[in-house]
Amino acid sequence: MLKKNWPVALLGVALLVGLALPLATGASAPGFYIEVLLGGLMTGVLYSLVAMGFALIFKASGVFNFAQGTMVLFAALAVARMAERMPLWAAILLAMAIMVVLAFLIERIVLRPLVNQEGVALLMATLGVTYFLDGFGQIVWGSDVYEINLGIAKEPVMILQNVFEGGILVNKEDFVAALIATMLVVALAIFFQKTPTGRALRAVADDHQAAQSIGIPLNRIWVIVWSVAGFVALVAGVIWGSKLGVQFSLSQVALKALPVVILGGFTSVTGSIVGGLIIGVGEKMSEVFLGPILVKTFDLAGGGIENWFAYVLALLFLLVRPEGLFGEKLIDRV
Amino acid sequence: MTGKSNGRAGRIGGVILALEGVSLAFGGVKALSDISFDVREHEVRAIIGPNGAGKSSMLNVINGVYHPQHGTIRYLGREYHDMDPHEVAVSGIARTFQGLALFRGMTVLDNIMAGRNLKMRTNILFQALRVGPALREEIEHRAFVEGIIDFLEIQAYRMMPVGRLPYGLQKRVDLARALATEPRILLLDEPMAGMNLEEKQDMCRFILDVNDQFGTTIVLIEHDMSVVMDISDRVVVLDYGKKIGDGTPGEVRVNQAVVDAYLGVSH
Repeated sequence: MLKKNWPVALLGVALLVGLALPLATGASAPGFYIEVLLGGLMTGVLYSLVAMGFALIFKASGVFNFAQGTMVLFAALAVARMAERMPLWAAILLAMAIMVVLAFLIERIVLRPLVNQEGVALLMATLGVTYFLDGFGQIVWGSDVYEINLGIAKEPVMILQNVFEGGILVNKEDFVAALIATMLVVALAIFFQKTPTGRALRAVADDHQAAQSIGIPLNRIWVIVWSVAGFVALVAGVIWGSKLGVQFSLSQVALKALPVVILGGFTSVTGSIVGGLIIGVGEKMSEVFLGPILVKTFDLAGGGIENWFAYVLALLFLLVRPEGLFGEKLIDRV
Repeated sequence: MTGKSNGRAGRIGGVILALEGVSLAFGGVKALSDISFDVREHEVRAIIGPNGAGKSSMLNVINGVYHPQHGTIRYLGREYHDMDPHEVAVSGIARTFQGLALFRGMTVLDNIMAGRNLKMRTNILFQALRVGPALREEIEHRAFVEGIIDFLEIQAYRMMPVGRLPYGLQKRVDLARALATEPRILLLDEPMAGMNLEEKQDMCRFILDVNDQFGTTIVLIEHDMSVVMDISDRVVVLDYGKKIGDGTPGEVRVNQAVVDAYLGVSH
């Protein structure tokens, strides 16, 4: 077992050593170290959230949903613009209703006519959905930068001042966001593992034909899955939107989710959670601790590791473990 | 064996499923042409034939996977058109699969519980909270499923991921999942394929037990003539998408067209 997996083990050890090194060598004060770690975890939870949208749909229908990122933007736009005219909670509820309608329409108009087609055809179809939503969203909601105000103070607060020298600086909004995302992840896990509907979803994911033969309606399941993905996109959109402002670049956040699903495995919800955390922590850590070293050694203008770390890690994973950490190993007959 | 058949003969009721003039073509290839036969309640009805005879297509037509271009299917006296597989399942026709089509990522118990899904009535919200009616419902269905697990003697494997079981046991889980939908008609697609002798005997026993104890009507496709002759009440023989024989095992065995098809006389 270990013999076959040594490249993966090596990669894991390298990551762990990298994680422990700043603290072990005394390059960082414990308080600051934890601050960076927490920051990484919080970003990671948000990556997980977007990645989960991908994993959910891929699992249930074998479709790689290119539109997930745009769904995040679309939902955020809907909330931001509607919140100008009504209370925030009402805007969020209404946006959720819109996402469900969207799921229904996608199933009816895009997926149903393409049943049993090649995966590539479905991928292209979701690419079409992406462009449609991009354009449609801007026509309906406008193309400026909008804000979502969750009413949580954005100022960082100092905690645990008496434990660590200098205390730990935490952004309250980040903290709340991470909390919400964690709750959502747990709720979805319970929904999938413990309810009859979740069981039906897993059944469809494993075998379409067999699922139908025991009376599980494929079409309804797809609507549910896309609605859940829409819901996840909505939560991610609201949280990211309140952090960065609702703008077109929000759909690029989803690009970060791609390495996350590669790392975690396309078919695994657990994988997208773990993958998100690894990448969130990894990029923050390397930006803060590895970046300056690289700049000094190679005389670079700047580190910028945060921007490429995720992709390089995903590339390495594709080399040593293409199915990801928790994905199913595909065995094709030749 | 004959004694058993005679004992069962008394229970066989009226026609429950009737196919008339069913034809199915994929482009220019005729998979089934003008097939008519009926299935009586509580009987074990076999569909046999050499490779490529159209057996699986026949099953898929009944199951709603394929929709025939011509002909009618009457189930419980009502004609059905263009039913989806899940609608067929809801109406009381369950099936097992040739090879394996289990939910690999799930335990034996979850696989069989999934078969109860169509009997569940509480809404998603209650299910998510696991309160009141949803919890009661889950417990009732679990009890029913435990009955099936006992019946098929797979108690020891309940919590095992289904992919880890040996082939014969996986086929039993497939059967259990179909039984969990409480079908009136059970379609079995080559239930004995790829099994060793002992597993085949077990499967035969379970099929007859299901038929005896639950009164389930059984339609089975089989390649292996000897197995079919022992457990079926009536047999339909297909060859090249046409019906070439229909009757009791004794009648079919001496039917010249059937003998030719199996012994490979040139067409």
